[in-house]
Amino acid sequence: MIWASWNDFWAMGGYGLYVWGSYSVVALVLLLEVRAAGQRQRRAIAQVHEHKEDTDI
Amino acid sequence: MAINWFKYAAPTNFYGLAGKLIPWFAGFSLVLFAAGMYIGFFVAPADAQQGEFYRIIFIHVPTSILSMVLYMVMAGYAALGLIFNTRLSAMMASAIAPTGALFAFISLWTGALWGKPMWGAWWVWDARLTSELILLFLYLGFISLHASIDDPRRADRASALLAIVGSVNVPIIYFSVKWWNTLHQGSTIKFSGTSMHVAMQQAMFTMLAALWLYALAVVLARVRSIILERERHTHWAQEVAA
Amino acid sequence: MKLLVLVIRRDLMLAMRRRADVLTTLFFFVMVVSLFPLGVGPEMDMLRKMAAGVLWVAALLSSMLSLGRLFATDYLDGTLEQMLLAPQSLSMLVLGKMIAHWMVSGLPLVLMAPVLGLQFDMSVQALGILIVGLLLGTPILSMIGAIGAALTLGLRGGGVLLSLLVLPLCIPVLIFGTGAVEAIANGQSVASHLSLLGAVLVLALVFTPWVTAQALRISME
Repeated sequence: MIWASWNDFWAMGGYGLYVWGSYSVVALVLLLEVRAAGQRQRRAIAQVHEHKEDTDI
Repeated sequence: MAINWFKYAAPTNFYGLAGKLIPWFAGFSLVLFAAGMYIGFFVAPADAQQGEFYRIIFIHVPTSILSMVLYMVMAGYAALGLIFNTRLSAMMASAIAPTGALFAFISLWTGALWGKPMWGAWWVWDARLTSELILLFLYLGFISLHASIDDPRRADRASALLAIVGSVNVPIIYFSVKWWNTLHQGSTIKFSGTSMHVAMQQAMFTMLAALWLYALAVVLARVRSIILERERHTHWAQEVAA
Repeated sequence: MKLLVLVIRRDLMLAMRRRADVLTTLFFFVMVVSLFPLGVGPEMDMLRKMAAGVLWVAALLSSMLSLGRLFATDYLDGTLEQMLLAPQSLSMLVLGKMIAHWMVSGLPLVLMAPVLGLQFDMSVQALGILIVGLLLGTPILSMIGAIGAALTLGLRGGGVLLSLLVLPLCIPVLIFGTGAVEAIANGQSVASHLSLLGAVLVLALVFTPWVTAQALRISME
Protein backbone atom coordinates (compact mmCIF):
# COMPACT_ATOMS: atom_id res chain seq x y z
CA MET A 1 0.00 0.00 0.00
CA ILE A 2 1.50 3.27 -1.04
CA TRP A 3 -1.02 5.45 0.80
CA ALA A 4 -0.83 6.09 4.54
CA SER A 5 -4.60 6.56 4.85
CA TRP A 6 -7.74 7.04 2.78
CA ASN A 7 -7.54 10.75 3.46
CA ASP A 8 -4.11 10.67 1.96
CA PHE A 9 -5.49 8.84 -1.06
CA TRP A 10 -8.28 11.33 -1.71
CA ALA A 11 -5.96 14.29 -1.22
CA MET A 12 -3.58 13.07 -3.97
CA GLY A 13 -0.75 15.09 -2.51
CA GLY A 14 -2.81 18.29 -2.68
CA TYR A 15 -3.87 17.69 -6.30
CA GLY A 16 -7.11 15.87 -5.49
CA LEU A 17 -9.22 18.42 -7.32
CA TYR A 18 -7.34 17.89 -10.58
CA VAL A 19 -7.06 14.11 -10.41
CA TRP A 20 -10.63 13.46 -9.25
CA GLY A 21 -11.92 16.24 -11.47
CA SER A 22 -10.54 14.28 -14.42
CA TYR A 23 -11.68 10.83 -13.42
CA SER A 24 -15.16 11.87 -12.27
CA VAL A 25 -15.87 13.63 -15.55
CA VAL A 26 -14.61 10.61 -17.49
CA ALA A 27 -16.88 8.32 -15.45
CA LEU A 28 -19.83 10.66 -15.89
CA VAL A 29 -19.35 11.02 -19.65
CA LEU A 30 -18.92 7.29 -20.23
CA LEU A 31 -21.97 6.45 -18.11
CA LEU A 32 -24.03 9.00 -20.03
CA GLU A 33 -22.86 7.51 -23.30
CA VAL A 34 -23.83 4.00 -22.21
CA ARG A 35 -27.22 5.28 -21.07
CA ALA A 36 -27.75 7.11 -24.36
CA ALA A 37 -26.86 3.97 -26.30
CA GLY A 38 -29.39 1.97 -24.26
CA GLN A 39 -32.09 4.58 -24.80
CA ARG A 40 -31.44 4.64 -28.52
CA GLN A 41 -31.81 0.88 -28.74
CA ARG A 42 -35.11 0.99 -26.81
CA ARG A 43 -36.37 3.78 -29.06
CA ALA A 44 -35.37 1.81 -32.16
CA ILE A 45 -37.32 -1.21 -30.91
CA ALA A 46 -40.31 1.01 -30.11
CA GLN A 47 -40.14 2.39 -33.64
CA VAL A 48 -40.27 -1.11 -35.07
CA HIS A 49 -43.36 -1.88 -32.96
CA GLU A 50 -45.03 1.34 -34.05
CA HIS A 51 -44.39 0.42 -37.64
CA LYS A 52 -45.97 -2.96 -37.08
CA GLU A 53 -49.12 -1.41 -35.67
CA ASP A 54 -49.29 0.87 -38.70
CA THR A 55 -49.10 -2.03 -41.11
CA ASP A 56 -51.49 -4.21 -39.13
CA ILE A 57 -54.34 -1.73 -39.49
CA MET B 1 -13.33 -23.87 -39.50
CA ALA B 2 -14.37 -21.77 -42.41
CA ILE B 3 -16.28 -18.69 -41.51
CA ASN B 4 -18.08 -16.88 -44.22
CA TRP B 5 -17.08 -13.32 -43.41
CA PHE B 6 -19.17 -11.86 -46.17
CA LYS B 7 -22.21 -13.19 -44.41
CA TYR B 8 -21.62 -10.57 -41.72
CA ALA B 9 -21.42 -7.75 -44.24
CA ALA B 10 -25.21 -7.90 -44.35
CA PRO B 11 -26.50 -5.64 -41.56
CA THR B 12 -29.18 -8.12 -40.49
CA ASN B 13 -26.63 -10.91 -39.97
CA PHE B 14 -24.23 -8.56 -38.27
CA TYR B 15 -26.93 -7.51 -35.82
CA GLY B 16 -26.93 -10.92 -34.14
CA LEU B 17 -23.15 -11.25 -34.13
CA ALA B 18 -22.74 -7.81 -32.56
CA GLY B 19 -25.31 -8.68 -29.92
CA LYS B 20 -23.27 -11.74 -28.94
CA LEU B 21 -19.97 -9.84 -28.88
CA ILE B 22 -21.05 -6.81 -26.85
CA PRO B 23 -21.28 -8.52 -23.42
CA TRP B 24 -17.78 -9.98 -23.88
CA PHE B 25 -16.23 -6.66 -24.84
CA ALA B 26 -18.06 -4.84 -22.07
CA GLY B 27 -17.12 -7.46 -19.48
CA PHE B 28 -13.43 -7.55 -20.37
CA SER B 29 -13.43 -3.77 -20.51
CA LEU B 30 -14.76 -3.54 -16.95
CA VAL B 31 -12.19 -6.05 -15.67
CA LEU B 32 -9.31 -4.28 -17.37
CA PHE B 33 -10.64 -0.92 -16.21
CA ALA B 34 -10.62 -2.08 -12.61
CA ALA B 35 -7.14 -3.56 -13.02
CA GLY B 36 -5.85 -0.40 -14.66
CA MET B 37 -7.24 1.80 -11.91
CA TYR B 38 -5.77 -0.46 -9.26
CA ILE B 39 -2.30 -0.45 -10.80
CA GLY B 40 -2.54 3.26 -11.52
CA PHE B 41 -3.58 4.30 -8.04
CA PHE B 42 -2.24 1.64 -5.70
CA VAL B 43 0.85 0.18 -7.34
CA ALA B 44 2.40 2.99 -9.39
CA PRO B 45 4.48 5.27 -7.19
CA ALA B 46 4.35 9.05 -7.25
CA ASP B 47 6.35 10.63 -10.04
CA ALA B 48 9.59 12.20 -8.92
CA GLN B 49 8.82 15.57 -10.47
CA GLN B 50 5.08 15.64 -10.93
CA GLY B 51 4.01 14.17 -7.61
CA GLU B 52 0.55 12.67 -7.69
CA PHE B 53 -1.23 14.60 -10.41
CA TYR B 54 0.60 12.73 -13.16
CA ARG B 55 -1.98 9.96 -12.58
CA ILE B 56 -4.26 11.90 -14.90
CA ILE B 57 -2.24 10.65 -17.86
CA PHE B 58 -3.55 7.12 -17.31
CA ILE B 59 -6.81 8.36 -18.79
CA HIS B 60 -5.48 11.27 -20.86
CA VAL B 61 -3.02 9.42 -23.06
CA PRO B 62 -5.28 6.44 -23.94
CA THR B 63 -8.22 8.67 -24.86
CA SER B 64 -5.96 10.89 -26.99
CA ILE B 65 -4.57 7.88 -28.84
CA LEU B 66 -8.01 6.34 -29.30
CA SER B 67 -9.63 9.54 -30.52
CA MET B 68 -7.08 9.63 -33.36
CA VAL B 69 -7.26 5.90 -34.09
CA LEU B 70 -11.06 6.06 -34.15
CA TYR B 71 -11.00 8.90 -36.68
CA MET B 72 -8.79 6.86 -38.98
CA VAL B 73 -10.98 3.75 -38.53
CA MET B 74 -14.04 5.88 -39.19
CA ALA B 75 -12.52 7.27 -42.38
CA GLY B 76 -11.54 3.73 -43.40
CA TYR B 77 -15.11 2.50 -42.99
CA ALA B 78 -16.35 5.59 -44.80
CA ALA B 79 -14.04 4.84 -47.73
CA LEU B 80 -15.14 1.18 -47.82
CA GLY B 81 -18.75 2.29 -47.81
CA LEU B 82 -18.21 4.74 -50.67
CA ILE B 83 -16.14 2.44 -52.85
CA PHE B 84 -17.96 -0.87 -52.40
CA ASN B 85 -21.33 0.61 -51.55
CA THR B 86 -21.69 -1.58 -48.46
CA ARG B 87 -24.32 -0.27 -46.13
CA LEU B 88 -22.81 -1.71 -42.99
CA SER B 89 -19.54 0.22 -43.43
CA ALA B 90 -21.38 3.51 -43.58
CA MET B 91 -23.35 2.58 -40.47
CA MET B 92 -20.12 1.71 -38.67
CA ALA B 93 -18.63 5.08 -39.61
CA SER B 94 -21.57 6.99 -38.20
CA ALA B 95 -21.62 4.79 -35.08
CA ILE B 96 -17.95 5.50 -34.37
CA ALA B 97 -18.19 9.29 -34.62
CA PRO B 98 -19.90 10.08 -31.28
CA THR B 99 -17.51 7.89 -29.31
CA GLY B 100 -14.53 9.42 -31.08
CA ALA B 101 -15.78 12.92 -30.36
CA LEU B 102 -16.33 12.01 -26.72
CA PHE B 103 -12.80 10.66 -26.41
CA ALA B 104 -11.43 13.82 -27.98
CA PHE B 105 -13.41 15.85 -25.46
CA ILE B 106 -12.14 13.73 -22.54
CA SER B 107 -8.61 14.11 -23.83
CA LEU B 108 -8.98 17.90 -23.85
CA TRP B 109 -10.66 18.03 -20.45
CA THR B 110 -8.06 15.85 -18.74
CA GLY B 111 -5.31 17.65 -20.63
CA ALA B 112 -6.49 20.94 -19.13
CA LEU B 113 -6.66 19.50 -15.60
CA TRP B 114 -3.19 18.05 -16.02
CA GLY B 115 -1.86 21.26 -17.53
CA LYS B 116 -2.95 23.51 -14.68
CA PRO B 117 -0.60 22.04 -12.04
CA MET B 118 2.02 21.27 -14.70
CA TRP B 119 2.33 24.69 -16.30
CA GLY B 120 0.06 26.82 -14.15
CA ALA B 121 -2.35 27.30 -17.06
CA TRP B 122 -5.51 25.44 -18.02
CA TRP B 123 -4.66 25.61 -21.65
CA VAL B 124 -1.41 25.99 -23.53
CA TRP B 125 -1.19 26.07 -27.30
CA ASP B 126 0.85 22.93 -27.47
CA ALA B 127 0.92 21.24 -30.87
CA ARG B 128 -0.73 18.08 -29.63
CA LEU B 129 -3.47 19.80 -27.62
CA THR B 130 -4.24 22.08 -30.55
CA SER B 131 -4.41 19.16 -32.97
CA GLU B 132 -6.73 17.37 -30.57
CA LEU B 133 -9.01 20.41 -30.55
CA ILE B 134 -9.08 20.49 -34.35
CA LEU B 135 -9.80 16.75 -34.35
CA LEU B 136 -12.81 17.43 -32.13
CA PHE B 137 -13.97 20.05 -34.67
CA LEU B 138 -13.64 17.48 -37.46
CA TYR B 139 -15.73 14.98 -35.49
CA LEU B 140 -18.39 17.60 -34.79
CA GLY B 141 -18.47 18.55 -38.48
CA PHE B 142 -19.00 14.91 -39.44
CA ILE B 143 -21.77 14.45 -36.87
CA SER B 144 -23.60 17.65 -37.76
CA LEU B 145 -23.43 16.97 -41.50
CA HIS B 146 -24.81 13.49 -40.97
CA ALA B 147 -27.54 14.81 -38.67
CA SER B 148 -28.71 17.58 -41.01
CA ILE B 149 -29.34 15.36 -44.04
CA ASP B 150 -32.70 13.59 -43.85
CA ASP B 151 -32.16 10.99 -46.56
CA PRO B 152 -30.01 8.32 -44.82
CA ARG B 153 -28.29 7.24 -48.03
CA ARG B 154 -27.20 10.76 -48.91
CA ALA B 155 -26.24 11.39 -45.27
CA ASP B 156 -24.01 8.30 -45.26
CA ARG B 157 -22.32 9.13 -48.53
CA ALA B 158 -21.87 12.86 -47.92
CA SER B 159 -20.40 12.42 -44.44
CA ALA B 160 -18.22 9.57 -45.71
CA LEU B 161 -16.70 11.89 -48.28
CA LEU B 162 -16.17 14.50 -45.56
CA ALA B 163 -14.45 11.94 -43.32
CA ILE B 164 -12.09 10.97 -46.14
CA VAL B 165 -11.25 14.59 -46.94
CA GLY B 166 -10.69 15.13 -43.22
CA SER B 167 -8.39 12.12 -42.88
CA VAL B 168 -6.28 13.33 -45.81
CA ASN B 169 -6.12 16.71 -44.12
CA VAL B 170 -5.23 15.43 -40.65
CA PRO B 171 -1.50 14.89 -41.37
CA ILE B 172 -1.29 18.30 -43.08
CA ILE B 173 -3.04 19.93 -40.12
CA TYR B 174 -0.82 18.14 -37.63
CA PHE B 175 2.31 19.12 -39.52
CA SER B 176 1.23 22.74 -39.86
CA VAL B 177 0.28 23.04 -36.19
CA LYS B 178 3.62 21.55 -35.15
CA TRP B 179 5.40 23.93 -37.49
CA TRP B 180 3.43 26.85 -36.05
CA ASN B 181 4.26 25.67 -32.53
CA THR B 182 8.02 25.49 -33.05
CA LEU B 183 7.88 28.86 -34.79
CA HIS B 184 6.42 30.46 -31.70
CA GLN B 185 8.60 28.43 -29.33
CA GLY B 186 5.49 27.34 -27.52
CA SER B 187 5.57 24.78 -24.78
CA THR B 188 5.86 21.16 -25.72
CA ILE B 189 4.55 18.41 -23.52
CA LYS B 190 7.39 16.26 -22.29
CA PHE B 191 7.25 13.65 -19.62
CA SER B 192 9.66 14.25 -16.77
CA GLY B 193 13.21 13.35 -17.65
CA THR B 194 13.28 10.12 -15.69
CA SER B 195 12.02 7.11 -17.59
CA MET B 196 8.54 5.95 -16.76
CA HIS B 197 8.16 3.46 -13.96
CA VAL B 198 7.12 -0.02 -15.15
CA ALA B 199 3.89 0.13 -13.16
CA MET B 200 3.04 3.45 -14.81
CA GLN B 201 3.40 1.90 -18.24
CA GLN B 202 1.35 -1.10 -17.18
CA ALA B 203 -1.41 1.13 -15.87
CA MET B 204 -1.47 3.16 -19.09
CA PHE B 205 -1.58 0.16 -21.40
CA THR B 206 -4.22 -1.58 -19.30
CA MET B 207 -6.39 1.52 -19.44
CA LEU B 208 -5.78 1.77 -23.19
CA ALA B 209 -6.99 -1.82 -23.65
CA ALA B 210 -9.99 -1.20 -21.38
CA LEU B 211 -11.04 1.91 -23.28
CA TRP B 212 -10.48 0.19 -26.60
CA LEU B 213 -12.85 -2.61 -25.58
CA TYR B 214 -15.30 -0.05 -24.22
CA ALA B 215 -15.27 1.76 -27.57
CA LEU B 216 -15.86 -1.53 -29.41
CA ALA B 217 -18.80 -2.41 -27.17
CA VAL B 218 -20.50 0.96 -27.36
CA VAL B 219 -19.93 1.32 -31.12
CA LEU B 220 -21.39 -2.12 -31.76
CA ALA B 221 -24.37 -1.27 -29.55
CA ARG B 222 -24.92 1.92 -31.52
CA VAL B 223 -24.59 0.14 -34.84
CA ARG B 224 -27.29 -2.30 -33.72
CA SER B 225 -29.66 0.60 -33.05
CA ILE B 226 -28.84 2.12 -36.42
CA ILE B 227 -29.51 -1.18 -38.20
CA LEU B 228 -32.83 -1.51 -36.43
CA GLU B 229 -33.79 2.08 -37.25
CA ARG B 230 -33.03 1.60 -40.91
CA GLU B 231 -34.67 -1.80 -41.23
CA ARG B 232 -37.78 -1.04 -39.17
CA HIS B 233 -40.11 -1.70 -42.12
CA THR B 234 -38.81 -5.24 -42.75
CA HIS B 235 -40.04 -8.60 -41.51
CA TRP B 236 -36.63 -9.21 -40.05
CA ALA B 237 -36.97 -6.20 -37.74
CA GLN B 238 -40.42 -7.28 -36.61
CA GLU B 239 -39.06 -10.67 -35.61
CA VAL B 240 -36.04 -9.22 -33.81
CA ALA B 241 -38.02 -6.64 -31.88
CA ALA B 242 -40.81 -9.01 -30.96
CA MET C 1 -9.63 24.37 -71.82
CA LYS C 2 -12.25 26.12 -73.88
CA LEU C 3 -14.86 24.68 -71.56
CA LEU C 4 -13.05 26.12 -68.56
CA VAL C 5 -12.99 29.62 -70.04
CA LEU C 6 -16.64 29.29 -70.96
CA VAL C 7 -17.70 28.34 -67.44
CA ILE C 8 -15.61 31.08 -65.88
CA ARG C 9 -17.00 33.69 -68.24
CA ARG C 10 -20.56 32.58 -67.58
CA ASP C 11 -20.18 32.65 -63.81
CA LEU C 12 -18.48 36.02 -63.90
CA MET C 13 -21.29 37.42 -65.98
CA LEU C 14 -23.86 36.09 -63.55
CA ALA C 15 -21.89 37.57 -60.67
CA MET C 16 -21.78 40.96 -62.37
CA ARG C 17 -25.56 40.93 -62.43
CA ARG C 18 -25.56 40.58 -58.67
CA ARG C 19 -22.81 43.04 -57.87
CA ALA C 20 -24.31 43.78 -54.47
CA ASP C 21 -23.36 40.26 -53.29
CA VAL C 22 -19.73 40.81 -54.17
CA LEU C 23 -19.71 44.15 -52.40
CA THR C 24 -21.32 42.65 -49.30
CA THR C 25 -18.50 40.15 -48.92
CA LEU C 26 -15.90 42.84 -49.36
CA PHE C 27 -17.68 45.14 -46.93
CA PHE C 28 -17.85 42.35 -44.35
CA PHE C 29 -14.09 41.83 -44.71
CA VAL C 30 -13.36 45.52 -44.20
CA MET C 31 -15.67 45.72 -41.22
CA VAL C 32 -14.32 42.66 -39.39
CA VAL C 33 -10.76 43.89 -39.82
CA SER C 34 -11.67 47.38 -38.58
CA LEU C 35 -13.41 46.02 -35.51
CA PHE C 36 -10.23 44.49 -34.12
CA PRO C 37 -8.43 47.71 -33.15
CA LEU C 38 -11.64 48.83 -31.45
CA GLY C 39 -11.74 45.59 -29.54
CA VAL C 40 -8.13 45.29 -28.43
CA GLY C 41 -7.06 48.95 -28.27
CA PRO C 42 -5.04 51.18 -30.54
CA GLU C 43 -1.48 50.37 -29.43
CA MET C 44 0.44 50.26 -32.71
CA ASP C 45 3.00 47.71 -31.54
CA MET C 46 0.33 45.17 -30.75
CA LEU C 47 -1.64 45.91 -33.91
CA ARG C 48 1.42 45.47 -36.09
CA LYS C 49 1.97 42.04 -34.54
CA MET C 50 -1.65 41.02 -34.98
CA ALA C 51 -2.15 42.43 -38.46
CA ALA C 52 -1.44 39.32 -40.55
CA GLY C 53 -3.52 37.08 -38.31
CA VAL C 54 -6.46 39.48 -38.26
CA LEU C 55 -6.45 39.94 -42.03
CA TRP C 56 -6.17 36.21 -42.65
CA VAL C 57 -8.93 35.24 -40.23
CA ALA C 58 -11.16 37.94 -41.69
CA ALA C 59 -10.44 36.66 -45.20
CA LEU C 60 -11.27 33.13 -44.04
CA LEU C 61 -14.60 34.24 -42.58
CA SER C 62 -15.62 36.39 -45.51
CA SER C 63 -14.81 33.68 -48.02
CA MET C 64 -17.23 31.44 -46.08
CA LEU C 65 -20.01 33.99 -46.67
CA SER C 66 -20.17 33.64 -50.41
CA LEU C 67 -19.62 29.87 -50.58
CA GLY C 68 -23.29 29.08 -50.11
CA ARG C 69 -24.05 30.70 -53.47
CA LEU C 70 -21.37 28.74 -55.33
CA PHE C 71 -23.75 25.97 -56.40
CA ALA C 72 -27.06 27.06 -54.88
CA THR C 73 -28.27 29.28 -57.76
CA ASP C 74 -27.38 26.67 -60.38
CA TYR C 75 -29.06 24.06 -58.22
CA LEU C 76 -32.28 26.02 -57.94
CA ASP C 77 -32.67 26.82 -61.65
CA GLY C 78 -31.75 23.30 -62.75
CA THR C 79 -28.48 24.20 -64.49
CA LEU C 80 -26.56 21.97 -62.11
CA GLU C 81 -28.56 18.94 -63.14
CA GLN C 82 -27.73 19.68 -66.76
CA MET C 83 -24.06 19.94 -65.85
CA LEU C 84 -24.11 16.55 -64.17
CA LEU C 85 -25.65 14.97 -67.24
CA ALA C 86 -23.39 16.81 -69.69
CA PRO C 87 -20.80 14.72 -71.54
CA GLN C 88 -18.03 17.13 -70.51
CA SER C 89 -15.95 16.37 -67.45
CA LEU C 90 -17.75 17.53 -64.34
CA SER C 91 -14.42 18.13 -62.58
CA MET C 92 -13.50 20.65 -65.29
CA LEU C 93 -16.82 22.46 -64.91
CA VAL C 94 -16.34 22.53 -61.15
CA LEU C 95 -12.82 23.88 -61.53
CA GLY C 96 -14.19 26.66 -63.68
CA LYS C 97 -16.77 27.55 -61.06
CA MET C 98 -14.07 27.54 -58.36
CA ILE C 99 -11.88 29.92 -60.34
CA ALA C 100 -14.80 32.23 -61.05
CA HIS C 101 -15.74 32.17 -57.37
CA TRP C 102 -12.22 33.10 -56.39
CA MET C 103 -12.11 35.97 -58.90
CA VAL C 104 -15.35 37.33 -57.49
CA SER C 105 -14.87 36.80 -53.76
CA GLY C 106 -11.17 36.08 -53.18
CA LEU C 107 -9.39 38.49 -55.49
CA PRO C 108 -11.19 41.62 -54.20
CA LEU C 109 -10.07 40.72 -50.67
CA VAL C 110 -6.48 40.39 -51.84
CA LEU C 111 -6.66 43.80 -53.51
CA MET C 112 -8.26 45.36 -50.44
CA ALA C 113 -5.80 43.83 -47.98
CA PRO C 114 -2.92 46.33 -48.42
CA VAL C 115 -5.16 49.27 -47.61
CA LEU C 116 -6.36 47.56 -44.46
CA GLY C 117 -2.79 46.51 -43.64
CA LEU C 118 -1.84 50.18 -43.54
CA GLN C 119 -4.43 50.67 -40.79
CA PHE C 120 -2.34 48.26 -38.77
CA ASP C 121 0.92 50.03 -39.62
CA MET C 122 2.37 47.08 -41.52
CA SER C 123 5.66 47.65 -43.28
CA VAL C 124 5.77 47.63 -47.09
CA GLN C 125 7.78 44.43 -47.05
CA ALA C 126 5.29 42.67 -44.79
CA LEU C 127 2.43 43.92 -46.94
CA GLY C 128 4.09 42.44 -50.02
CA ILE C 129 4.44 39.03 -48.39
CA LEU C 130 0.87 39.23 -47.10
CA ILE C 131 -0.39 39.82 -50.64
CA VAL C 132 1.65 36.95 -52.08
CA GLY C 133 0.39 34.69 -49.31
CA LEU C 134 -3.20 35.73 -49.87
CA LEU C 135 -2.82 35.26 -53.63
CA LEU C 136 -1.65 31.68 -53.04
CA GLY C 137 -4.01 30.99 -50.16
CA THR C 138 -7.42 32.42 -51.07
CA PRO C 139 -7.83 30.08 -54.09
CA ILE C 140 -7.32 27.16 -51.68
CA LEU C 141 -10.10 28.53 -49.50
CA SER C 142 -12.43 28.69 -52.51
CA MET C 143 -11.50 25.14 -53.51
CA ILE C 144 -11.84 23.51 -50.08
CA GLY C 145 -14.96 25.57 -49.54
CA ALA C 146 -16.44 24.21 -52.75
CA ILE C 147 -16.34 20.68 -51.28
CA GLY C 148 -18.32 21.88 -48.29
CA ALA C 149 -20.72 23.83 -50.50
CA ALA C 150 -21.35 20.73 -52.61
CA LEU C 151 -21.92 18.52 -49.56
CA THR C 152 -24.37 20.94 -47.90
CA LEU C 153 -26.25 21.70 -51.12
CA GLY C 154 -29.93 22.35 -50.45
CA LEU C 155 -29.77 21.68 -46.72
CA ARG C 156 -31.57 23.71 -44.08
CA GLY C 157 -29.17 26.01 -42.26
CA GLY C 158 -26.49 25.07 -44.77
CA GLY C 159 -24.53 28.28 -44.28
CA VAL C 160 -23.48 27.75 -40.68
CA LEU C 161 -22.94 24.04 -41.23
CA LEU C 162 -20.74 24.85 -44.21
CA SER C 163 -18.44 27.02 -42.07
CA LEU C 164 -18.31 24.31 -39.42
CA LEU C 165 -17.15 21.77 -41.99
CA VAL C 166 -14.74 23.93 -43.93
CA LEU C 167 -13.00 26.14 -41.36
CA PRO C 168 -11.03 23.36 -39.61
CA LEU C 169 -9.78 22.13 -42.98
CA CYS C 170 -8.47 25.62 -43.77
CA ILE C 171 -6.23 25.87 -40.71
CA PRO C 172 -2.98 24.92 -42.51
CA VAL C 173 -3.56 27.74 -45.01
CA LEU C 174 -4.00 30.19 -42.15
CA ILE C 175 -0.85 28.98 -40.42
CA PHE C 176 1.40 29.13 -43.49
CA GLY C 177 -0.03 32.47 -44.62
CA THR C 178 0.44 34.27 -41.32
CA GLY C 179 3.73 32.46 -40.69
CA ALA C 180 5.22 34.01 -43.81
CA VAL C 181 4.42 37.55 -42.68
CA GLU C 182 5.79 36.85 -39.23
CA ALA C 183 8.98 35.40 -40.68
CA ILE C 184 9.67 38.55 -42.67
CA ALA C 185 9.00 40.68 -39.60
CA ASN C 186 11.62 38.66 -37.70
CA GLY C 187 14.06 38.88 -40.59
CA GLN C 188 13.83 35.19 -41.48
CA SER C 189 13.37 33.56 -44.85
CA VAL C 190 9.80 33.38 -46.12
CA ALA C 191 10.56 30.85 -48.85
CA SER C 192 9.61 27.78 -46.84
CA HIS C 193 6.22 29.18 -45.78
CA LEU C 194 5.32 30.30 -49.26
CA SER C 195 6.49 27.09 -50.87
CA LEU C 196 4.40 25.07 -48.43
CA LEU C 197 1.43 27.26 -49.28
CA GLY C 198 2.19 26.67 -52.96
CA ALA C 199 2.37 22.92 -52.37
CA VAL C 200 -1.03 22.95 -50.70
CA LEU C 201 -2.36 24.99 -53.64
CA VAL C 202 -1.10 22.42 -56.15
CA LEU C 203 -2.56 19.56 -54.10
CA ALA C 204 -5.88 21.36 -53.88
CA LEU C 205 -5.86 22.08 -57.64
CA VAL C 206 -5.32 18.40 -58.40
CA PHE C 207 -7.78 16.84 -55.97
CA THR C 208 -10.53 19.25 -54.94
CA PRO C 209 -12.31 19.55 -58.33
CA TRP C 210 -12.70 15.78 -58.50
CA VAL C 211 -13.78 15.50 -54.85
CA THR C 212 -16.27 18.33 -55.31
CA ALA C 213 -17.66 16.63 -58.41
CA GLN C 214 -18.18 13.45 -56.37
CA ALA C 215 -19.84 15.46 -53.61
CA LEU C 216 -22.18 17.05 -56.15
CA ARG C 217 -23.15 13.62 -57.47
CA ILE C 218 -23.90 12.45 -53.92
CA SER C 219 -26.00 15.51 -53.18
CA MET C 220 -27.93 15.39 -56.46
CA GLU C 221 -28.82 11.69 -56.39
